[in-house]
Amino acid sequence: MEFEMTAGLEVHVELSTKTKIFCGCTTEFEGEPNTHTCPVCTGMPGSLPVLNKSVVEFAVKTGIALNCSITRHNKFDRKNYFYPDLPKAYQISQLYLPICTNGHIDIKTENGFKSIRIHEIHMEEDAGKLIHDDWDDCTLVDYNRCGVPLLEIVSEPDFESAEEIIAYLEKLKEILIYLGVSDCKMQEGSMRADVNISVKPKGTSELGTRTEMKNMSSFKAIYKAVNYETKRQIELIKEGKRVIQQTRRWDENKDASFAMRSKENAQDYRYFPEPDIPPVDIDDMWINNIISYMPELAETKRERYINELGLSEYDASVITSAKPIAMLFEEASEKCKSPKEVCNLIMGELMRLLSDTNTLPENLSISPDKIASLVKLVNEKKINRNVAKEVFEQIFKNDVDPVYYVNEKALMIINDEEFVSDIIKKVLSENVKSVEEYKSGKQKVFGFLVGQSMKALKGKAEPNLVNDILKKMLNEI
Amino acid sequence: MYIDSMTAIEQGKLIKKGEISAVELTKHYLDNIKKNDKNINAYITVTEEKALKKAEEVQKLIDSNSIDSPIAGVPMAIKDNIMTKDIYTTCASKMLEGFNPIYNSTVYDKLENSGAIILGKLNMDEFAMGGSTETSFFGPVRNPWDIERVSGGSSGGSAAAVSSMEAAYTLGSDTGGSIRQPCSFCGVSGIKPTYGSVSRYGLVAFASSLDQIGPIGKDIKDCAEILSIISGHDKKDSTSINMPKFDFSDCFENDNIKGMKIGIPINYLSKGIDDDVKNCILNSADIFKKLGAQIFEFEMPDTDYAVAAYYIVACAEASSNLSRYDGIKYGYRSNKGEGLIDVFYNSRSEGFGMEVKRRIMLGSFVLSSGYYEAYYKKGLKTRAVIKNSFDSAFEKYDAILSPIAPTAAFKIGENIKDPLKMYLGDIYTVSVNLAGIPAASIPCGFTKDNLPVGVQIIGPTLSEKKIIKICSAFQNNTDFHKRTCSIKEEK
Repeated sequence: MEFEMTAGLEVHVELSTKTKIFCGCTTEFEGEPNTHTCPVCTGMPGSLPVLNKSVVEFAVKTGIALNCSITRHNKFDRKNYFYPDLPKAYQISQLYLPICTNGHIDIKTENGFKSIRIHEIHMEEDAGKLIHDDWDDCTLVDYNRCGVPLLEIVSEPDFESAEEIIAYLEKLKEILIYLGVSDCKMQEGSMRADVNISVKPKGTSELGTRTEMKNMSSFKAIYKAVNYETKRQIELIKEGKRVIQQTRRWDENKDASFAMRSKENAQDYRYFPEPDIPPVDIDDMWINNIISYMPELAETKRERYINELGLSEYDASVITSAKPIAMLFEEASEKCKSPKEVCNLIMGELMRLLSDTNTLPENLSISPDKIASLVKLVNEKKINRNVAKEVFEQIFKNDVDPVYYVNEKALMIINDEEFVSDIIKKVLSENVKSVEEYKSGKQKVFGFLVGQSMKALKGKAEPNLVNDILKKMLNEI
Repeated sequence: MYIDSMTAIEQGKLIKKGEISAVELTKHYLDNIKKNDKNINAYITVTEEKALKKAEEVQKLIDSNSIDSPIAGVPMAIKDNIMTKDIYTTCASKMLEGFNPIYNSTVYDKLENSGAIILGKLNMDEFAMGGSTETSFFGPVRNPWDIERVSGGSSGGSAAAVSSMEAAYTLGSDTGGSIRQPCSFCGVSGIKPTYGSVSRYGLVAFASSLDQIGPIGKDIKDCAEILSIISGHDKKDSTSINMPKFDFSDCFENDNIKGMKIGIPINYLSKGIDDDVKNCILNSADIFKKLGAQIFEFEMPDTDYAVAAYYIVACAEASSNLSRYDGIKYGYRSNKGEGLIDVFYNSRSEGFGMEVKRRIMLGSFVLSSGYYEAYYKKGLKTRAVIKNSFDSAFEKYDAILSPIAPTAAFKIGENIKDPLKMYLGDIYTVSVNLAGIPAASIPCGFTKDNLPVGVQIIGPTLSEKKIIKICSAFQNNTDFHKRTCSIKEEK
């Protein structure tokens, strides 16, 4: 019998609001343990939560981008459970009236586009972090993360393969980053995905017993975990055993998952309406205001780059693959009015430098102004493209000013034919052997002589000019 | 001493005139505490040094005319469930014994800015759960009128401290009658304000949707002054009403209540109420009549369900609010057992008293899946019905006059073994919290045993001015609130 898998996703993303969801503490990652805290986020007796309005705005933005209906009358609920990383022993979340419902994300699959339905998105607070001390028999708690706003994005069970899950996550991440609502760094835990998986005989409609897979810290781990769990469940069934409804923890070092808790031990969270936060009503004016500040998403950018700026589909997709690159491209193009030149520098130089230096696009700090003035130098024929590449690298690595750098290093194009001729003459006299070879029909040598000439000219002459003069001189010999 | 018969405002005037200094007055109260509190047990913590230091500072401000407050330099004390930075705040629980807050409640900040001198923190029922202050980890508060009797609760320390001259005024908190009932038992005045009119920031939550901080004083004028200072919007409390602080300045000059319609829910007086208490209530209605108010008897519907709805909603919220005391971050931690579950289990089992545990279990039960609809949801619905009943009553009457408790102060130990009887003792007060409306408690008579009895004046949302006007008219024409007790030493 053949089997097929069905999966649904619960994705948690930390919002990149400046302050936490219910207090004024910073949401910054890292920092000395328990320094980004106050009476509210450490659950001191008598403290009260005050909702950060930006969290609502970020949630609405996300909902609109994911084609959701926005709940107009929002309430918060308490989810009660004991754990040391949860200082109030309850998490303020939304159970009954989540802020967004009924959305979808369209992903690319082998068989064309597929729509993955979003069941709901709700707002909640993150918990702290437990640090298990290896050298001492104790566990420490860091509440810095406590109260960082989270969105939980819950999909319907619409996934039929690990590939679809990854495609969905990549698309979701792209949207969230372009919206500016989250940096979606899985390693830092600002994006976390739990996968609910079940298998059933191929072609049947009734879903099998599902398990929930947790603790994957990269897309790669998710891919592996999903395939592992699918295989594990199929094998269980083939052996005539039952799949037990349980939560499983993925162990990246062992490439295997382990049971955490089963449904029988499932907690009763004793949800009830949060009495400390009055309902939040979202009216049309607020929504329209949020929409008017919504940034352009990657997909729209790609289409615009292709249709309006004349980029190829490939270039457009590479440039939009990371928001900082797209922003650099747009700002530089806007300033120098030569999108194609900027595109070439990004595709050729920037992408190479990023990979050579192992730099992540989000850590890119390169001034679009400098790229624009570099392109202007090329457009005004003050430097040639080879020099432009060199200057680009200098901007990337040392943040040099292109105009200043070109002047200082005397990299301006040499247009003086006489000067170029003199240099080439000297080159030819130093390479008598090569000249003889060329004369005897070895055309290949021409390239070598061009190279030598350019070297002697320090790359500052137009290659065409060098070619022409060199050809002329060789013919005259 | 003559000071003991003066109200806080009168004492403030004395200081302003330079007839007594803030330090002298503070010393006087500290002496009273030394003298009386061994019998009363109103205080959990006395902050003698801090009080004297603060009194000196405030006196300087008064001398240099840099503070304008009628209570500047007047010593007071605060219920021990209200956060005071660097002053132990225990909620009268072993769980928070020696807990040193890192921040101030909004109300204490406001009082400090008005030149209040804090004498210490006041005894109460553990986490404000109880009606007799017998559930305190630090022992019961004894009633200054008869130290074999309870002071009422949960703000028993707050009421007894005023009555025994151990503070000029105090702050209490009222979740289901916790200001009004001890005021009645101890013969002092108190106000449970409209929900949201006083910031709860820094009030240790018992039942968040019902809790409210309020003043206790010798008379309604003192209460009004303190309420005015602590009221008003606070951005740190999302449930606080967007309003300026109360201004009661015209409530005393014009306390004419002629033509005012006051309703008496006659079913409150029909059964289960002590005859002496009933007579005091009816007598106060007569007094109001003489003062020109119109008195109407009416039936208050759905009273029977109020106590049940209250205990469901209050315990549900409490079970969640008190979950944070888990032995991990602060407070009591048991050293028995091994591992996380043992820390939670043993710390909570050993750190909480019986009544608190009873309510946590009750609340956890009504929120459990399968019972939520049957209990908690019904509790909320009943709450809405009760609120509607008050709304309809206030369409007809300006205010409602009612008893506060079925009896005067009972003997220590008399009811503590019978939680149901204790809960039913809250029947006249809990509805007010469920409806979120204001009510005052003022002395209105005495039982045959010379125990004080209070009457409750209830008004619609934000009708504090009207309530104070009514109470003020009453106190201007009676002297129940002026009678003092002499504390008899324990035999």
